[in-house]
Amino acid sequence: MPSTGSDAGRKPVTFPQYLLLNASRFADRTATRHKDLGIWQSWTWKQQFEEIRAFSIGLQEIGVGEGDKVAIVGTNRPRLYWTFCAVQALKAIPVPVYADAVAEEMAYVLNHAGVRLAVVQDQEQVDKILSFSDEIPLLKDVVYDEPRGLRDYDHTHLREFAEVQKTGREAMEADSGRAKAWADAIEASDGEEVSVFLYTSGTTGRSKGVVLKARTSVKAACDTAEFDHLSENDNVLAYLPLAWAGDHYLNYAQGYVSGLCMACPESPETVAHDLREIGPSFYFAPPRVFEQLLTNVMIRMEDGGAIKKWMFRHYLDVANKYGEAILEGRSVPLGGRIGYWLGEMLVYGPLKNTLGFSNIRTAYTAGEAIGPDLFSFFRALGINLKQLYGQTEAFLYVTAQKDGEIHADTVGKAVPDVEIKISDDGEVLFKSPGMFVEYYADAEKTKETFTDDGFVRTGDAGIFDARGDLKIIDRAKDVGKLRSGSLFAPKYIENKLKFFPNIREAVAFGDDRDFVTVFLNIDLAAVGNWAERNNISYASYQELAGLPQVYEMMREHVDQVNRDLSGEELMAGSQIARFLVLHKELDADDGELTRTQKVRRGFIEERYTPLIEALYDGSAEKYVETEVTFEDGRKGSISATVQISDMHTHPAVGATKEAAE
Amino acid sequence: MNQHIDPGSLRADDGIEKGGMLLHVDNISLSFGGVKAISDVSFDIKKGEIRAIIGPNGAGKTSMLNVINGFYHPQEGTITFRGEKRRRMKPHAAASQGIARTFQNIALFKGMTTLDNIMTGRMTLMHGNLLTQALWVGPAQREELAHRETVEKIIDFLEIEHIRKTPVGRLPYGLQKRVELGRALAADPALLLLDEPMAGMNLEEKEDMSRFVLDVNQQFGTTVALIEHDMGVVMDLSDRVVVLDYGRKIGDGTPDEVRNNQNVIDAYLGVSHD
Repeated sequence: MPSTGSDAGRKPVTFPQYLLLNASRFADRTATRHKDLGIWQSWTWKQQFEEIRAFSIGLQEIGVGEGDKVAIVGTNRPRLYWTFCAVQALKAIPVPVYADAVAEEMAYVLNHAGVRLAVVQDQEQVDKILSFSDEIPLLKDVVYDEPRGLRDYDHTHLREFAEVQKTGREAMEADSGRAKAWADAIEASDGEEVSVFLYTSGTTGRSKGVVLKARTSVKAACDTAEFDHLSENDNVLAYLPLAWAGDHYLNYAQGYVSGLCMACPESPETVAHDLREIGPSFYFAPPRVFEQLLTNVMIRMEDGGAIKKWMFRHYLDVANKYGEAILEGRSVPLGGRIGYWLGEMLVYGPLKNTLGFSNIRTAYTAGEAIGPDLFSFFRALGINLKQLYGQTEAFLYVTAQKDGEIHADTVGKAVPDVEIKISDDGEVLFKSPGMFVEYYADAEKTKETFTDDGFVRTGDAGIFDARGDLKIIDRAKDVGKLRSGSLFAPKYIENKLKFFPNIREAVAFGDDRDFVTVFLNIDLAAVGNWAERNNISYASYQELAGLPQVYEMMREHVDQVNRDLSGEELMAGSQIARFLVLHKELDADDGELTRTQKVRRGFIEERYTPLIEALYDGSAEKYVETEVTFEDGRKGSISATVQISDMHTHPAVGATKEAAE
Repeated sequence: MNQHIDPGSLRADDGIEKGGMLLHVDNISLSFGGVKAISDVSFDIKKGEIRAIIGPNGAGKTSMLNVINGFYHPQEGTITFRGEKRRRMKPHAAASQGIARTFQNIALFKGMTTLDNIMTGRMTLMHGNLLTQALWVGPAQREELAHRETVEKIIDFLEIEHIRKTPVGRLPYGLQKRVELGRALAADPALLLLDEPMAGMNLEEKEDMSRFVLDVNQQFGTTVALIEHDMGVVMDLSDRVVVLDYGRKIGDGTPDEVRNNQNVIDAYLGVSHD
């Protein structure tokens, strides 16, 4: 196998240069798969190169040139991934946008970036863009992938993807030097151009456009591909939002530098099934996906027969005892190895196969803290699940766990070429090869984010533990103090709550208050199944969430968390005094969560002010009306009387400094 | 052979221009014993349009659909489909002539998967005999593959990839309705009859279904006749509306004309019939 760069003369510094390289070094290896009409279609690197070239030259024909911004909107589809490279080949700038963004959010991003052309998936996205086309005067053309339902639209500024490719192919036929000129332009690049604008999900207000340079992005991707030994023999399933830095990094950037094969699911609903068929060797999912999987497995097992249940429980115990040790190559007694081997035959193997995890060599999770039990569950099954800490601004890794140095409560050490330190006020700072250039058209924010010595402020509060691993406790700005002076780290408390399968989401309050209170969201799947088994009927989330039995269950969980907290010196003062179960699920459409499903604390605080007041004024219940936004953008409202429950706090256990570890 | 499998072959060879007369119902009367379900109703369906049949409960709408697809035989009147007059016909003959329908109460094979259910919609277009199909050899194999491809296109079209292999009995109601539409589409119909396609659906499901009906009509050029109670849906979707009440036709025209028709308003607001 030719080593990277040997036949290109020098190491590529842009992704289109990698495309040219891969089209020669991996010409007949599969680059992309996509399930269409029930059959996996595939493209080799050479075919992919031809598709991209045709589209890129077609774009050139309709006037796209250096520095133009091109929006990409849709789910994970080969043509949209090709668009990244086709656009970069012209030194234009791809701007992926979250496909499920409502029209207003999308208009903001398109306007802010100054998008000239949009490549979108289907009619839904075309309609969305047309609905605000007056507000974005710079947008000239829209190209769509799927023609369904668009036949009768005005096609003066609307083009089909295949048609643009046809234009490109015709241009190449008409001018024999065209293709070479295109490739030469790519080869000529020194990698100093902008590679992509990645808009942050907007955890803290409006999304910001993170500007990344080609050369540094390539460097970052090469570093981590090497760190995890990725090669052209690996394969992945691209199922995360296209606009998210993680997807762009893991599937596109690492894909191009290592030459791995990326598969696109048939539709967002079929991901679980497609995962099983593809059996990726490298996999990334946020903790909540693993949580969901575990919940589903447990629910399915509850419905299993007695023998199966026994086997599952027995071998899960075996796995918990020996699984992680075997995975990490530590010594295990022969009996344990035999037991684990049997378990692999009877339980773990089939289970991993069902989940699509049979071939996983490396799996990562990041974005939020992962429960220790959850983390161990997957590792005990023999899945090499690790944690990383990253940021869009770092593109992407800051720290990652090395094989053999895995701990549930830390995110590992800095990855190669990355420097991290912790500022005096507890904030994590980093310098990395993939580090961003600036926030697009926002010099002020850019200046705020960089320190004087060139480090990037992450906005996360963290500490190094005794092993030198980084531990993230919360957003730096969210860490506050109770009036008693105790430290209040809301996320730390919320995560402890969310580790219970029955609790889907939690929001804690307490900064500058007398005591800590929380909002809870129950997990509809888990609690719903429990209700079914106990013959408790319910018609909606709202009804289930308000049931006294459910409140009793939540009280037990909250009490357990309080007990945990009482054992930790720093946190004992921030035990939960009162809580309520929200009458609706927190939702990104209502602005309560970001598109990556993170809680938007400030917004929730504002939206549910009456409920927070009720938590602190001692009332036992409160009537509220809440406006909700449906998926099509229309609004409605739901109302409910929400119960509030009081909790006992536990006395702090003094001499347990070490036990808190 | 390809001629039979090619989607659209049925529609292509009837020689009727878009907007031409596809079906003509003349002075139809239907009674069951002493009960007159339909009396002296005439209307037409043009090729390529979406035609709604509305009316209060018991107005004879479903009976009318049953007459059109040959399930009931009217005592009086004639039906002209694609220029050919007919009076008596078996439902399966209607199916092979290019009329497909969905039902008010879902009539799927509950134990079969979505894929198999939609595949049954292609039955009338299959030519192999029992032996070749059972052995899956030669033409039977090629034929099934071609049919499967059409079915996959329908699955893609209706966005039901995720339930391809799920037994339909386990699906929620809205999805079952969609599968039923898929099966009707699989028959490659020139005329698609939909009996209350939105009944019992929530708003989102209704919007989805409306979009599918419009897309079917626009993309495949399929003529659609539908019965529906949701007036918003009817007025938005249909090109022309015929209104029945107590088995008689009381209105016919564009949604606007029908909306302003005094007879129709009376029928819906419950003016006494004396």
